[in-house]
Amino acid sequence: MPDAHTQELLRFDRLTISFDGVTVLSELSLEIRRGETLALVGESGSGKSVSALGAMNLLPSNAQVEGGRWLGDTDLTTLKPRDWQALRGRRVGFIFQEPMTSLNPLHTVAKQIGETLRLHQGLSGRAARERARTLLEQVKLPRPDELLDAWPHQLSGGQRQRVMIAMAIANDPELLIADEPTTALDVTVQQEILALLAELQDRHGMGMLFITHDLNLVRRHANRVCVLFNGREQETGPVNEVFQSPRSAYTRSLLDAEPVGRPAPVSAGGTLLQARALSVSFQRPKRLFAKRPPAFVAVKPLNLDIAPGETLGIVGESGSGKTTLAMALLRLTESLGEISFDGERLDMLSGNNLRQRRRRFQVVFQDPYGSLSPRLPVSEIISEGLRFHYPGLKEAEVIERVQATLKEVGLPADCAARYPHEFSGGQRQRIAVARALILEPELVVLDEPTSALDRTVQKQLVELLRDLQARRGLSYLFISHDLAVVRAMAHRIMVLKDGELIEEGHCLDVLERPASDYTRALVAAAGLSIRR
Amino acid sequence: MTLAFNTSSLSPITRRRISVFRHNRRAWVSLWIFMALFAVSLAAELIANDKPLVMQYDGQWYVPLLVDYPETEFGGFLPTRTDYHDPFIQAQLDENGWALWPLIPFSYQTLDMQMMRPSPSSPDGRHWLGTDDQGRDVLARVIYGFRLSVFFALVLTAGSLVMGVIIGGIQGYFGGKTDLIGQRLTEIWSGLPMLFLLIILASMVQPGFWWLLGIMLLFSWLGLVDVVRAEFLRARNLEYVRAAKAMGLPSRLIMWRHVLPNAMVATLTFIPFLFTGAITTLTALDFLGFGLPPGSPSLGELVAQGKNNLHAPWLGITAFVSLSLMLSLLVFIGEGLRDAFDPRHIQHGSSAAPTRIPANA
Repeated sequence: MPDAHTQELLRFDRLTISFDGVTVLSELSLEIRRGETLALVGESGSGKSVSALGAMNLLPSNAQVEGGRWLGDTDLTTLKPRDWQALRGRRVGFIFQEPMTSLNPLHTVAKQIGETLRLHQGLSGRAARERARTLLEQVKLPRPDELLDAWPHQLSGGQRQRVMIAMAIANDPELLIADEPTTALDVTVQQEILALLAELQDRHGMGMLFITHDLNLVRRHANRVCVLFNGREQETGPVNEVFQSPRSAYTRSLLDAEPVGRPAPVSAGGTLLQARALSVSFQRPKRLFAKRPPAFVAVKPLNLDIAPGETLGIVGESGSGKTTLAMALLRLTESLGEISFDGERLDMLSGNNLRQRRRRFQVVFQDPYGSLSPRLPVSEIISEGLRFHYPGLKEAEVIERVQATLKEVGLPADCAARYPHEFSGGQRQRIAVARALILEPELVVLDEPTSALDRTVQKQLVELLRDLQARRGLSYLFISHDLAVVRAMAHRIMVLKDGELIEEGHCLDVLERPASDYTRALVAAAGLSIRR
Repeated sequence: MTLAFNTSSLSPITRRRISVFRHNRRAWVSLWIFMALFAVSLAAELIANDKPLVMQYDGQWYVPLLVDYPETEFGGFLPTRTDYHDPFIQAQLDENGWALWPLIPFSYQTLDMQMMRPSPSSPDGRHWLGTDDQGRDVLARVIYGFRLSVFFALVLTAGSLVMGVIIGGIQGYFGGKTDLIGQRLTEIWSGLPMLFLLIILASMVQPGFWWLLGIMLLFSWLGLVDVVRAEFLRARNLEYVRAAKAMGLPSRLIMWRHVLPNAMVATLTFIPFLFTGAITTLTALDFLGFGLPPGSPSLGELVAQGKNNLHAPWLGITAFVSLSLMLSLLVFIGEGLRDAFDPRHIQHGSSAAPTRIPANA
């Protein structure tokens, strides 16, 4: 027997996976040793998750998996369904990306953890509960006794992910497959979860296959890294080596993809958008015969100014009221306080008067898939607002404007007749930008426009937005949780936490010399590289 | 410039749905059979009628199908409408010209006076499906009855669709108080018993086609409201709807262009079942005698006759076969539509739909 710590735990030998003849992963060979973390990195659609799922026989029946795969001495290609059941959850633990949907909403935490204990260790009743409690302690959940009887909806995202981890390590697996375990979580929570995983890994000597698209996390949490592109292995090696001297061109472009640069300085003075004592609160539902609970305050009263040609970045974790604030400024959500746009009180307007003004402040949403109607061709999507606000325009003029706008956002002219589903995420986001731009607005609210995109695409979009700002003198309200992107976009920053303004100031000042603890924690968790 | 600005070209989603529907052989064939039957029944006057289509008498052309001629034209004594089955008129026609008769020389209410046997009479060469207890040709009544039922169901479905989508759409899109009050009102309204109302009404007025349609329309949209409301509620929070709002589009445009197309999927799936429901209700009312006025060609009345004349099995069998055929065809079409609109439906062996790959990042 070779030394347990250098022994191979998981090995792929030319693993190839295809769906109905379409190859999504070709000839991937890698191995993971005990106690080691291998990061599988790539952009969406590069075959990261598929490789892990395929190796564990978790793909739908129309997938063909070829090539050798071994877990320790077990040849995974020869296993029968019964053997698989014994293996999954026992020798291999899984953590999935979406903590909201990977727990069954109808069972308590104790029952869900107990199930895997009963299946693989035959524990039941009191023994299972005792073990579940220990596990919750191990993943550092507060008040484990209480949480055992909690339902998934009573837990926060980070807590749910900890429960998932507790389930994954319940049977002391040899291998842990973590598929984007922290993508849905806030940055500060991300750090805690990953630190926890590393600690558990040390204690149990597990091997970990860590699937992610976030290079920052890889740099800090993995031993070795394997870069995938379009289902092909680009390069594999120790993290330091790969990050210091990447061999493949793709890895280099991935490493370079962090958005750099700064927006052009603001030239004109004055104020375009001004808000005074703006606050948003939502009434909570009233129970029958009960007193109505106090309203939930999503945004506490704050003041805000944006000058023409300026970008104001709004930063905060999920639930901090960033989007609510933007929707209130756009008068898409009821709010209290004064909002004036170009000297005119917006909060006094309603109905048709307000609709007429809407041309001047536009919005681009986060989700490039949800923000374009799937039933309309691109030309219709882009020209819709134009046709409404300028009913006098002739057909030829509309076409011309659409063409010009498409060109401006860097899309080919022939895409006007196509439908949104034919485009990638980055291209869709460009379409959304074109839809806003064609009305020639003065202010564009960008609600996390880059967060659903891959790094390389993010960089391109940031450059496009900066370019448009310089050319048209646009003002942006830029909402993001990603400090790297904010640094590349914003002149000034406001940091929000739980609806409250924590800190406000010039972008670089805030990021480099944060005045509050919260901002410091955010900056530390984001791991901003210093190069500029 | 090769910009396609016309929206008339089908979107890829629609094209995929049509292709799924066409691949469902049962639904596709059912649709064709149903359309063919309906087309035939639309031309019922040309197929089953108690008047010749065209005729020549004394060298002159006549079109009895379209024009009522008095009997005096053909040598009769009274200036009444000509009964072309009258032996005297027939003799006149044979002597002085010719007549082109439809395939079935009886209309739905023609009483066959020349019948030698007591009615209901069994099928023979003269009456292919026999006659009912008043001596009317069963086949002719089935053809007319089919048309009437389908037409009734079509108008009722279209009406319910319009009402259901408007009411459900307004409730769902605006939500809040509008929704709350609208929902309570529809609940109260749906508590009214439709069948009893119809029966009470039948005792006060003689319900005709439009009466029945109107009353059933008052209630038949209720089933749609919930579906449409739910779809609108969901869609109003979609980001492209919010984007349209931010663009300054008025509510009616947003509802029409962005929300309705989404809601139509669930609604269209509902339609075939609304359709069969309408036919069944009409038949049931006719069977009970509270439906269309006496003498109308109705399948329900044929069922009732079959029940009252068990010694004449052709009545019951014809009613059963025609009703079950019609309803089965509609259910098959409905199933096909439902599958075609189901986003989870995977098209096998087609390159058009790439298989969904498990979420990766």
